[in-house]
Amino acid sequence: MKNINQKDYKNYVDGIVPKPTYLKNCIWAFIIGGLICTFGQFITELVMNYGLNKKEAATATPIILIFLGAFFTGLGLYDRLGKFAGAGSIVPITGFANSIVSPAMEFKREGYVLGVAAKMFSIAGPVLVYGFGSSVIVGIIYYFID
Amino acid sequence: MDYIKAFLVGGIICVIGQLLMDGTKMTPAHVLVTFVTSGVILTAIGIYEPIANFGGAGATVPLPGFGYALGKGVIEAVNKDGILGIFTGGIQATAGGVAAAVFFGYLMSVIFNPKTKK
Amino acid sequence: MAIKKLGSQTILFKNPPSIIATGSIVGPKEGEGPLKNYYDVILNDDLKNEKSWEKCESKMQIDAINTALNKSNLTEKDIDYLFAGDLLNQIISSGFAARKLAIPFFGLYGACSTMTESLSLGAMAVDGGFADKVICVTSSHFSTAERQFRYPLELGNQRALTTQWTVTGSGAAILSSEDKGPFITHVTTGKVVDPGIKDVNNMGAAMAPAAADTIVQHFKDSGFKIDDYDLIITGDLATIGKGIALDLIKKEGFDITSIYTDCGIEIFDNKKQDTHSGGSGCGCSAVVFTGYIYKEMLEGNVNRVLLVSTGALHSPTSVQQGESVPGIAHAITISNKKD
Repeated sequence: MKNINQKDYKNYVDGIVPKPTYLKNCIWAFIIGGLICTFGQFITELVMNYGLNKKEAATATPIILIFLGAFFTGLGLYDRLGKFAGAGSIVPITGFANSIVSPAMEFKREGYVLGVAAKMFSIAGPVLVYGFGSSVIVGIIYYFID
Repeated sequence: MDYIKAFLVGGIICVIGQLLMDGTKMTPAHVLVTFVTSGVILTAIGIYEPIANFGGAGATVPLPGFGYALGKGVIEAVNKDGILGIFTGGIQATAGGVAAAVFFGYLMSVIFNPKTKK
Repeated sequence: MAIKKLGSQTILFKNPPSIIATGSIVGPKEGEGPLKNYYDVILNDDLKNEKSWEKCESKMQIDAINTALNKSNLTEKDIDYLFAGDLLNQIISSGFAARKLAIPFFGLYGACSTMTESLSLGAMAVDGGFADKVICVTSSHFSTAERQFRYPLELGNQRALTTQWTVTGSGAAILSSEDKGPFITHVTTGKVVDPGIKDVNNMGAAMAPAAADTIVQHFKDSGFKIDDYDLIITGDLATIGKGIALDLIKKEGFDITSIYTDCGIEIFDNKKQDTHSGGSGCGCSAVVFTGYIYKEMLEGNVNRVLLVSTGALHSPTSVQQGESVPGIAHAITISNKKD
């Protein structure tokens, strides 16, 4: 057989692969993502009714949502939600919890140190590295400009 | 009204994430990293604060909101503690969430066993 | 001198080995698929009472081998060699299966093409007079492959429409120097073909050129015409790869549309079972061949088959380093007649 031109082949393949169902995916992402955030708003107002101030509520809300995300991952339900919600369940902080619990749970059979603890941050670790890292850089810039 | 705002802002942020994943073949990890980093940057240049004031949990629950907490925390700490605040501000502001993620993550992995996809 | 060689990549056996028995075992999802009536064993759950999915995969290989041995009234002692492979790092499932069996062991890796690789080498050993009876076996397991190559199972990610579903299953075949068939008459060993695909969610496109290359070469070397075959079946190109392979083969002047299908398409009902593009994995062509095709051949419903298992040569490291995914495909001719 003649050699395949990789560039032509890529164009040919791009032409025949099924396109993601953009509209359907976006609608699901919008609805589920929106609902999770609405629920977050509900929790914020709930804890503020219990006497937490705005700053404390801003800390308590993610903690509660992270617990829920972790719990539903443990029950084996979060990945089923993610199948149709896509980014709607990945982008909220509950998705961050899912990205921590799913590898931690799965690598239990490889031990609690090198399995659970080491794999826990295989997906969420980069988020912390870039989040913390960029906050320090912003701090440095802000310190010198100010 | 706050609920509708949270729904709209949160939904739109998630749709941006969906478009990134479908359109550019970014993995979930890449989307999360991008969102956190852009949250920090948008906060630093003063764009995210008004979004958070308008959207409430709709802006703080998605991952850019985590970046917002980091950015806001570091700026406040630099104002208060000077140079040390560069290193303590972001992490202090998000310590609750991170510790919760570590603790609950570990706890759930001890309690539950993974099941295969259907 | 290579007196049994035809053309550049094909072997014609002088004493075609006979496939005397097969064993097939599949997971619960495969057991709900369109071929469910053909398998020997269907598991109720994908752990099989083992402590890990990896253990389960290894146990499936042993069970597939024992099923085949029982059917042919043979024991481990009657077997000269075991040719086995799987998808896990260091082909550990096969190594651990062989640990339980007192059979001299060759471990093979050809990604998902391993089934025909093992059948090719097993047949060569028998035809060459190095063995009277050999076992060829491969396995794959959705959960072990998913965690090694992709994401944790409980991660709430979306699977792209081009992705394939790794088959949980193992298939074993016993080859013998004498018996009444079906026989392995030809082997066409494939070259690695790299069409430059970097998207690991589109294995079908990465492997289709290799499959097309091997099939076209087989016809050129063997002198067979398309009508000589009742069935040409590739390993796991699935819907996207199948279309590409047909196109590429047609461009070379061979139209195999009417007799061509793919194991990855036959094994699942993609729409109902939500398997997107279709099945994949070493176990895919292994169970479709040892379960479905072999039994159809014994019934005489098909008499000459070209089985072309297809493999995508990649690792998580190679993908992260931005390497493309080359493909490989090995073809064997299985016929109810010796010539």
